[in-house]
Amino acid sequence: MITAIASLATLGLVLGLLLGLAARYLKVETDPVVAEIEALLPGSQCGQCGQAGCGQAAAALAAGELPVTFCPPGGRSLAETLASLLGLEVDLSGVEDTQPMLARVKEATCIGCTRCFKVCPTDAIIGAPKQIHAVLQDACTGCGNCVEICPTECLQMFPIEVTLGTWRWPKPRLAA
Amino acid sequence: MKVFRFRGGVHPESHKTPSATKAIEDLPLPERLYVPLQQHIGAPAKPEVAIGQRVYKGQLLAHSQGMISAPVHAPSSGTIVDIGEFTAPHPSGLWVRTITLETDGKNRCGKNRWHESAKPTDPFKMAQQEVAARIGAAGIVGMGGATFPAAVKLALGKERRIHTLIINGGECEPYLTCDDRLMRERAHQAVDGIRIMLHVLQADQALIAIEDNKPAAIASMRAARRRHANLHVVVVPSRYPMGSEKQMIQSVTGIEVPAGQRSADIGVIVHNVGTVYAVHRAIRLGRPLLSRVVTVGGGAVREPKNLEVPLGTLVEDLLEFCGGYSEPPARLLMGGPMMGQVLPHSRVPIVKGSNGVIALSTAEIRSRPAMPCIRCGRCVAACPCGLMPVEMAPRIRNGDLDSAMEYGLGDCISCGSCSYVCPSNIPLVQYFNYGKGMLADRREAQRKTEATRRLAQERRNRLEREARARAKAAAQRKAEKATDEAREKNSPEVSV
Amino acid sequence: MSNAAIIGGPHTHERASVGHTMGMVVLALAPAVAFGIHLYGWPALNLLVITVLSAVISETACLGLAGKPLRPYLLDGSAVIAGLLLGLTLPPWSPWWIGVVGGVFAMVVGKHVFGGLGQNVFNPAMLARTALLISFPLEMTTWITPLPLGSPGAPDFLEGLRITFVGIADIDAVSGASLLGHVKTAFTQGKTLSDVMTGEYADPSLALGFVRGSLGETSALLLLLGGLFLLARRVINWHIPVSMLGTVAVLAALFHFIDPEHYPGVEFHLLSGGMMLGAFFIATDMVTSPSTRAGQILFGAGCGALAYIIRTWGGYPEGVAFAVLLMNAATPLIDHHMRPRVYGRRRDGTPLQPAPNKWPSANRKEREP
Repeated sequence: MITAIASLATLGLVLGLLLGLAARYLKVETDPVVAEIEALLPGSQCGQCGQAGCGQAAAALAAGELPVTFCPPGGRSLAETLASLLGLEVDLSGVEDTQPMLARVKEATCIGCTRCFKVCPTDAIIGAPKQIHAVLQDACTGCGNCVEICPTECLQMFPIEVTLGTWRWPKPRLAA
Repeated sequence: MKVFRFRGGVHPESHKTPSATKAIEDLPLPERLYVPLQQHIGAPAKPEVAIGQRVYKGQLLAHSQGMISAPVHAPSSGTIVDIGEFTAPHPSGLWVRTITLETDGKNRCGKNRWHESAKPTDPFKMAQQEVAARIGAAGIVGMGGATFPAAVKLALGKERRIHTLIINGGECEPYLTCDDRLMRERAHQAVDGIRIMLHVLQADQALIAIEDNKPAAIASMRAARRRHANLHVVVVPSRYPMGSEKQMIQSVTGIEVPAGQRSADIGVIVHNVGTVYAVHRAIRLGRPLLSRVVTVGGGAVREPKNLEVPLGTLVEDLLEFCGGYSEPPARLLMGGPMMGQVLPHSRVPIVKGSNGVIALSTAEIRSRPAMPCIRCGRCVAACPCGLMPVEMAPRIRNGDLDSAMEYGLGDCISCGSCSYVCPSNIPLVQYFNYGKGMLADRREAQRKTEATRRLAQERRNRLEREARARAKAAAQRKAEKATDEAREKNSPEVSV
Repeated sequence: MSNAAIIGGPHTHERASVGHTMGMVVLALAPAVAFGIHLYGWPALNLLVITVLSAVISETACLGLAGKPLRPYLLDGSAVIAGLLLGLTLPPWSPWWIGVVGGVFAMVVGKHVFGGLGQNVFNPAMLARTALLISFPLEMTTWITPLPLGSPGAPDFLEGLRITFVGIADIDAVSGASLLGHVKTAFTQGKTLSDVMTGEYADPSLALGFVRGSLGETSALLLLLGGLFLLARRVINWHIPVSMLGTVAVLAALFHFIDPEHYPGVEFHLLSGGMMLGAFFIATDMVTSPSTRAGQILFGAGCGALAYIIRTWGGYPEGVAFAVLLMNAATPLIDHHMRPRVYGRRRDGTPLQPAPNKWPSANRKEREP
């Protein structure tokens, strides 16, 4: 009995030691993934993730400071790509909750100040000084920079409207 | 003629008898027609008329825009009362841009009977492009439910050599009998339409494929094709999804459409019987697509019928004409029970692709709660595409789309055979439709990310350009200033 | 309209249900069960009742613990069938606790530990039988000589209860080796087949089932009949039974041809032991067998080959249970590799290349220049 316990314990200790040594000496240097991550990001430097720009965000993600779901404009698709790049399990519940929004100009209150032009990372706002502006829906990333800078609150965020073309089948709701 | 076997498939109870015995009746003209601007795959049509305008029957209401699109015509004469949003015949219950027409009951046609640009002439003396253009201008789309613009499909034939035109008279969906009745009652017109199509495609032969559960339609089409040696009636076994394009091509030619290619790439084009009938009317009579045959059926309908219905008629008008419900329906569908779509309510219009309005009773839908998968493999045996639904569904449930794609999600035709046989009642097709939607979203998001990156880059370039221009301007100004100052400094010396 | 209310197609469903399937399987087993009870009397009936009840009760308890609804899961009948199949593979006069341990083990360890219905890797009944065989070798190899109901010496109802719940008074008087066990023992003693098949083992009624063994062992012909019934009613596919029995038949015929004195013939292998029960009722278990047709054929062939190998060269006289369990373990691998060819694609998943000369019209053009 005691011999059995002793031998198993010794075996465990020896194997554990080996694993520990292997982890120390056979450590694989991680690839410089920051550049790879940055290449995947939208590159609009919108700052929604709380970082100064996409480069910093890529570094933060590589360092494990940000979750893969950090980038709202990239959405679910980017999160999945990043997760597969980094070999991470991705929890997409957070992405599902935040509905994608786009900016829209309320024409009645726009004074044509052009301030929003300067902060838009994708040049999605068109118009000229003293003229009513408009947001190109396709180019808008929903970063919200323009909403903050607009002096008359005429720029507001709206959820993207579901149409017949963008409607998708819901996931079956089941126990099975 | 030799018939080939496609893999898998199921044998749902046909339920066709109640309506198959009824001749096609004309539905009385409703007071209002709700004509959606998008009744086809592709870009929506653009309105040509204004609210308050009087239109005659067959007048162009909206013209097609873009490469893949189809125009919409006034199904009857009357006044346009609205151009706005109306519930689409779609499970989501979302709206579609719709022209509302108040009919005057006169069914008045334009000067040249129908629309001016479509005077009837002998199509065999016309150039093929001209005939195809007229088919496009008549607003004809795939009437089997796919609603792909017919003229675009004919144009595919121009680019590639088409040897066989297959006429899909399979009608494999249970309950539906509109194609059956059309072939029985209007076989000569359908055969004429087929000949026009053959002329446009310059194809060698047309194979009219009819399932063996429609002997009357087979006899009628055989009689009608007798004088035309390049038309053949092919009797195919009654097996769902025989009417699916890929499976039909395999059944009558033995060729599979390679993955990622269209049937035209292997020299075959498939058109529905209803489509060729519409082509006959458009070319011979100059009549655009204004109405279609719709089967009203299902156990909850008092009197199942086949009706010729003006496009834009509300589903509730059809049901009322068929005596209403005999019991509260468990599900109201547009199309057959296998691939048809649940309607949000009965106030949705009949569109070009509506082949049936089916109200099913509780007993008919056999809805049971889903149970865990027992890996029986019946879905694998039933899949006509050779996929493994048993493996794909759990992967999609767990969000592993890449793995589901590897198992062939992209090759799924959503025919529903797997769900139909599943003893655990797992909604497999809905998983696949959900998965395909997620993939579409992912593609869209990737496109958007790329566009964003490009736009951001362009903005950076612009800012750099502007900065450089400013710097250059500043440098120039500085230089000018420097020279000016130098001149000022130097001028006294010069003057000295 | 909220998304939750949207129902996807198809809006009709095949009539067959799981409960219906269960009824068919029980019906198919009924003749063999009745014959077995006739042969071994009340204790055998007691044992079947015990295995079925313990399986159903432990299933209920597990469902309760997992918080799953009882009704739909119990009505699918998987517990009843697992209990019944287990009972059919045990020695007919086994004591009550063998039945209880087996039934509970089958459901708890064989099924619910894996996550319940559809999640188990191994056939629950076979897992339980194997566990019992390894744990209680003596009880699991006490084969009773058939004592048909009503024959002299057959236990009456009360005597049957005593045998089941107290024990057999004089085991040696009523028991002996099963056919497979007898042959195995004889071979290890260096005897040849013609030496072995003598005395009671030469009786032609062996083929009809008047032989020592478990309930499912003695009624091979009736089980075959039940299996054919299931095939005819399309409850099971032909692929697994045919490939399993076919493989055994081919191997048995081959070796019997090479050395008739040491390798029993085809009918011996097919009709003895659990071969029929295994081929039609156990290997065909949907949860633990491959889901593609090709995979099922491979699975059946594997079961047959392993069963033959274990019987012929292995340490145990019977190998069907081990063979099925080993192939169960290979099922995920088979399912991963043996996929059907996708429409429009080659086996390797790349798109088909259109072959222009195979087009019907092109052919016709060549014929009629």
